[in-house]
Amino acid sequence: MEFVRSHILVCAGTGCSAAKSMEIIERFEEHLSRHALEKEAKVIRTGCFGLCELGPIVVVYPEGSFYSRVTPDDVKRIVEEHILKGRIVKDLLYHETVEEDVVSSINETGFYKKQLRIALRNCGIIDPENIDEYIAFDGYSALARALTEQTGDEIVDIITKSGLRGRGGAGFPTGRKWMFAKAAAGDEKYVACNADEGDPGAFMDRSILEGDPHSVIEAMIIAGYAVGAKNGIIYIRAEYPIAVARLEVAIGQAREYGFLGKNIFGTDFEFDLEIRLGAGAFVCGEETALIASVEGLRGEPRPRPPFPAVKGIFGKPTLLNNVETYANIPWILQNGWEAMAEIGTETSKGTKVFALGGKITNTGLVEIAMGTTLREIVEEIGGGCPGGKKFKAAQTGGPSGGCIPASHLDTPIDYESLSAIGSMMGSGGLIVMDEDNCMVDIAKYFLDFTVEESCGKCVPCRIGTRRMYQMLERITEGKATMEELDSLKELCEHIKANSLCALGGSAPNPVLSTITHFREEYEAHVRDRRCPAGVCKKLLTYKILDNCRGCTACARVCPVGAISGKVKELHVIDQDKCIKCDACFEKCKFGSIIKE
Amino acid sequence: MKSLEELKAIRERTRGQMNLRKEDGPDNTRIVVGMATCGIAAGAKPVLSAAVDQVGRRKLDHVVVTQTGCIGMCMYEPIVEIYVPGQEKVTYVKMTPERMEKIVAEHIVNGQIVGEYTIGANE
Ligand SMILES: Cc1cc2nc3c(=O)[nH]c(=O)nc-3n(C[C@H](O)[C@H](O)[C@H](O)COP(=O)(O)O)c2cc1C
Ligand code: SF4
Repeated sequence: MEFVRSHILVCAGTGCSAAKSMEIIERFEEHLSRHALEKEAKVIRTGCFGLCELGPIVVVYPEGSFYSRVTPDDVKRIVEEHILKGRIVKDLLYHETVEEDVVSSINETGFYKKQLRIALRNCGIIDPENIDEYIAFDGYSALARALTEQTGDEIVDIITKSGLRGRGGAGFPTGRKWMFAKAAAGDEKYVACNADEGDPGAFMDRSILEGDPHSVIEAMIIAGYAVGAKNGIIYIRAEYPIAVARLEVAIGQAREYGFLGKNIFGTDFEFDLEIRLGAGAFVCGEETALIASVEGLRGEPRPRPPFPAVKGIFGKPTLLNNVETYANIPWILQNGWEAMAEIGTETSKGTKVFALGGKITNTGLVEIAMGTTLREIVEEIGGGCPGGKKFKAAQTGGPSGGCIPASHLDTPIDYESLSAIGSMMGSGGLIVMDEDNCMVDIAKYFLDFTVEESCGKCVPCRIGTRRMYQMLERITEGKATMEELDSLKELCEHIKANSLCALGGSAPNPVLSTITHFREEYEAHVRDRRCPAGVCKKLLTYKILDNCRGCTACARVCPVGAISGKVKELHVIDQDKCIKCDACFEKCKFGSIIKE
Repeated sequence: MKSLEELKAIRERTRGQMNLRKEDGPDNTRIVVGMATCGIAAGAKPVLSAAVDQVGRRKLDHVVVTQTGCIGMCMYEPIVEIYVPGQEKVTYVKMTPERMEKIVAEHIVNGQIVGEYTIGANE
């Protein structure tokens, strides 16, 4: 490889690509060649850096300068100042790295300081389409060692001792799962990767596949060797075109280098991988539905047992793990099980990646050690709620999880503690809500999703979730009674206990957790016909306060003519006519209109 | 891929380049070229290119080439500073690509400071 004095890393993940990172890359190439710098500085496309809120992100090495919200027009300055003259363009740097003109390392900023990157170790550092870069960072060395020095049993033993648990939602011990798949009878087995990632707001798996596809490929080959399988299948959402393309490139390179195919590392072990595009339904992420979908059938769950490890794809024993679970494997084998067992809490080892979103300053991707508290994630890494708003709740586990109120912010993140407070680890979505969010409305939002995604195979889920949704709707419209609130809870318990798969089984969680932690808010809707957060439209009343100046702006903007009043006199809203469209509220310059 | 050696060879080949992306490798030697307007006017660009070229040719994995702005001694430009870990910084002045080549060979590879080009010898 030629020597290059500067590396310009441009995030080419989905988020930053949407924000023009491709154009930025082109501009870099154009300006570098204009100054004859193309041999000295190399532009590298990487995966996600995590701080998506501030994308597109460009990092220039060796200085490690972290430029945020870069526009194509900024590129000229970065090339002419930084790359040519060595003057860091301070006003384009991420503001947290510049204090009184002194530039500090990105690793010292609040967002990164508390993070520990294992699954994301290479994301934003290597070029995902260059297998050599993965190898330079010790890639495929775990595979080499596994094939030449370790037995399948030894590998399973290391994974078991590391304490790794599934990152796809349920948290099943990974070593045990490998053991079952290994023990299953049959000489034809499958190793499969669940990259269906259907949680609204989640993009952990996408970022790993876009930023470091080889880590998943390497892990799957190791898994194949350990359990005795030679076929691998990656089931990935069709909605992830960049990740699919990177995976295809990576699989091609792995074949070329002989990591896939026959006689890997001169042994008689063979393994190959294929990609299957998802069918676009949330339920296809459920393992038995996924298997049906791979077989070309309708993506519907079936009862377990038999578990996939015994009877999976085409009836053959199948080891199915999540993307992030796999991304941990090479790291564990390189660093030893002790290294992972050292991190985390009693029952949950290692790290977890979260997609941080909602009412939070630093939206993006974070990886933290298990046992980190929610408060640390929300306040220190996430930078709190923007606009000085008050934190109200954090939602983990997406449509299967629950809302965690401020009083539980000091809960350490692990599988058991999150379940204990009515939520779950889930696959890693973490949505923050502030005082402006209505918890009943949030529950309704998730239920809407589940109703839409229920496959319809079993009654409790198909009809039960729809009924639940209708009851929530009545609450948000002020039509429900206190008795209905109780029957809602009862219905929840029933759906939980009787659904065929975890989609229905966990669908009531958003409702139950909000009733538990925010009961007073439900009661306000039911008893007082009032939405304390001012979200549920049907319960709002718009009123004009005495400090109205009579400017007439509201009367003019009201589409139904519900506001009357003379110039310079107090205006009034006719409640019968008001359609609660919010137009007057937004128009009033004096804060004289309130909704309650 | 047939052997561990093969994998190791790829790793070694690429790793030197990747060191650039590690935060301030403590063992890295740095060649810093003054690339302010004064430096560029005095011919710093070819000096920088020569440094890059030499480091690449000699496969010096532990060497990083960067630039800096004006250090206030414009009459001595092009200026190059060499930082070897654990040693005092050495400042070379009135640099040319040929001088750069010599400095990489003698100072960086052999550890012999090229006295005649240093700022001390030119004041
Ligand atoms: C409705 C539903 C959707 C799911 N979606 C996903 C998904 O998108 N990705 C995933 O890895 N696991 C998903 N799971 C969990 C899988 O069934 C399975 O537990 C997991 O892929 C196993 O891998 P792990 O042990 O590595 O976590 C889903 C489960 C349910 C019930
Ligand atoms: S619980 Fe819902 S998604 Fe799961 S099988 Fe029943 S109907 Fe289908």
